[in-house]
Amino acid sequence: MVADIPAGVVQQEQVGPGQYRLTLYAPVIASLAVPGQFVYIRCTDGLDPLLRRPLSIHGVNRERGELFLLYQVVGRGTALLAARRRGERLGVMGPLGRGFTLPEPGRRVILVGGGIGVAPLVFLGQELVHRNNQVCLLVGVRSADQLPVGKKGYTVPFDFAVATDDGSCGHHGSVTDLLEKVLAGEGVDMVYACGPRGMLRQTASLLARYNVPGEFSLEERMGCGVGACLSCVCKTAGKGGEPSQYRRVCVEGPVFPAEQLVWD
Amino acid sequence: MIKPNLAVDVAGIRMKNPVTTASGTFGFGFEYAPFVDLNRLGAIVVKGTTLLPRRGNPPPRIVETPAGILNAIGLQNPGVDYFIEVALPYLRQFDLPVIVNIAGDTVEDYAALAARLDGVPGVAGLEVNISCPNVKKGGLAFGADPDSAAAVVRVVKGATRLPVVVKLSPNVTSIVRLAEAVVEAGADALSMINTLLGMAIDIRRRRPALANVMGGLSGPAIKPVAVRAVWQVYQALKVPIVGMGGIVTAEDALEFIMAGATAVAVGTANFINPRATMDIIDGIEKFLVEERVSDIQELIGAAHM
Repeated sequence: MVADIPAGVVQQEQVGPGQYRLTLYAPVIASLAVPGQFVYIRCTDGLDPLLRRPLSIHGVNRERGELFLLYQVVGRGTALLAARRRGERLGVMGPLGRGFTLPEPGRRVILVGGGIGVAPLVFLGQELVHRNNQVCLLVGVRSADQLPVGKKGYTVPFDFAVATDDGSCGHHGSVTDLLEKVLAGEGVDMVYACGPRGMLRQTASLLARYNVPGEFSLEERMGCGVGACLSCVCKTAGKGGEPSQYRRVCVEGPVFPAEQLVWD
Repeated sequence: MIKPNLAVDVAGIRMKNPVTTASGTFGFGFEYAPFVDLNRLGAIVVKGTTLLPRRGNPPPRIVETPAGILNAIGLQNPGVDYFIEVALPYLRQFDLPVIVNIAGDTVEDYAALAARLDGVPGVAGLEVNISCPNVKKGGLAFGADPDSAAAVVRVVKGATRLPVVVKLSPNVTSIVRLAEAVVEAGADALSMINTLLGMAIDIRRRRPALANVMGGLSGPAIKPVAVRAVWQVYQALKVPIVGMGGIVTAEDALEFIMAGATAVAVGTANFINPRATMDIIDGIEKFLVEERVSDIQELIGAAHM
C-alpha cells in the first residue's frame, strides 16, 4: 500500500552541521511503515529541481500520526527541504520499498551506521528492542559534532559506540574497526548496516570473514520510486552461477542481504 | 454543457482520451496502478522491449538537470517473452489499448519482435524505438539516418498487421526529413520526441555524472524543442502524431495538440506526480468545457494558420 499525500510539517529542527530532523504529520504512512522503508518526498512545489528525494524513515509515532526523517543537506533539493517550516505541506509517497528482515526475539544484533546512514537504523533498533532483541549501534562520523544520536532528544533505547575520523569522540578510526572487535568476540547473530559505499563494502567483507549474516540499506539516484524507470539499480550476484544482474533499489530494496551485493 | 468528446484515433488505435504514457516511464503499468485508474488512460505505451532480456547500463543511470533529467538506463528489460507471458495478461484486465515499444540491435531484431507480437491478443499497436540514445548498437544509429530508419520500418510493416508508430529522435538535422522517410516506408503514425542527447559533469568528482557518460534529456526543459518538432512535422505531413517531451500539465498537453498532435504521452512527469496522467485528462476536459469546445478534434493542429 502506498499513498501520495500532502503531509504537514510539524517540526523542522537542525541537529548538526547540515543535519536536520523533520517531523511530518502523515498518519497513514506512520501506521504502515516498517524499519528500512523510505518515503519519496517533494522538496519544492516548483519544477526545478524536478525529482522527489528518497529519505529513509527514521522513526514513527503511530499514536500521534507522526513520521520522523533524519537527513543531511547535500544539494539543492535537500537545502530546499531544510527551508520548509511548520505548517507547510509536502507531497509524500510512502512507505516505499522493502524493509529489514527482523530476527527472532532474543538474538544479538549489531547496527552499523556511517554518518547520516544511522537514520533507518534508529527506527530498526527501536523495533528490535521492542521485540526483545539485544541491540548495539555502532556509529561512524567524521567528527563528534556530526553525531546524529546521543544528543538531547536523541537518546536511543539501546547501547551505542562511536568512532570518529578525527578522534574527537569515541574510537579514533573507522566504524568497521569497532565492528571487527565485536565480531571477533562472541555471539553476533545479525548485522544491519547503512552508510557510504566504502563502509558497506568493508562491512560485507568482515561479515563474510566471520560468517555472520547481514542486511544493508542502499542509496542510489532515483527517478520514479515505484519500480518503473529502472534508474536506481544496484548490482547483485546471480543465482547458481548465473551472471550478476541489476536490481531496483526502490522496490527490490532498499534493503538487500549483504551476500547478494556485488561491489566492483 | 454536455461532456466534450475526448476520444481520438491514432492510426486505428482507438483511445478514449488523447493521454498515453511515454515508454520507459510507466513500467508495465502495475507499478503505477496504486495511484491511477489504468482504465482511464487513453492508452499505455509500455517499457521498451527487446527480443532477449537486457541487463542495461551500470549506475548512476540518472542525474537531475535544470527542470529536467538525464537518463542512461540502457534498455534494461525482461524480454518480449516475459512481456507476453506476465505483463500482458495483467494489462488485458483493463479497458486499455496497449502499445508495445520495441527496440533491437539489428534490422532482423525488429522484424522478429514485430512478428512475435503480431496477433497476440491485447496488443493494440507497436511503437518502434529507433531513437534511444543510450544503447551502443542500434538505437539512435537507426534513428539518425533516414535510410536506416526507413529500412527498419519496412521490415516491421512486413512482419505485422498492427498499427506501427515510429518514435523519432530530435538528435537530427531535420526531423521532417526523417519523418518523411519513415512515413514513405509505411509508418502509420509518429511519436515524437525521444530524449535529447545530453551530458552533465560531477565537478567534485571531476567525472561525467552518468556512468554511461551521455544520456537522454527529458522533462520540462525539452518541451519547446518537442512542440517545435510536432509543429514542423504536422505542417509537412498528413500522419497522426503522438506528441511528448516535458508534458507536466494539461496546458502542456494542449500545446502539443494545438501544434498538431492527435495524442500526447506523459513521461518524466509521472516521476514527480504519479497521478500526472489523471490530472492531465481532467485538465483537458475542463479546458474544453471552459472554451466551449465539444470535440478535442477541433483543437488538433489548431495553432496552425
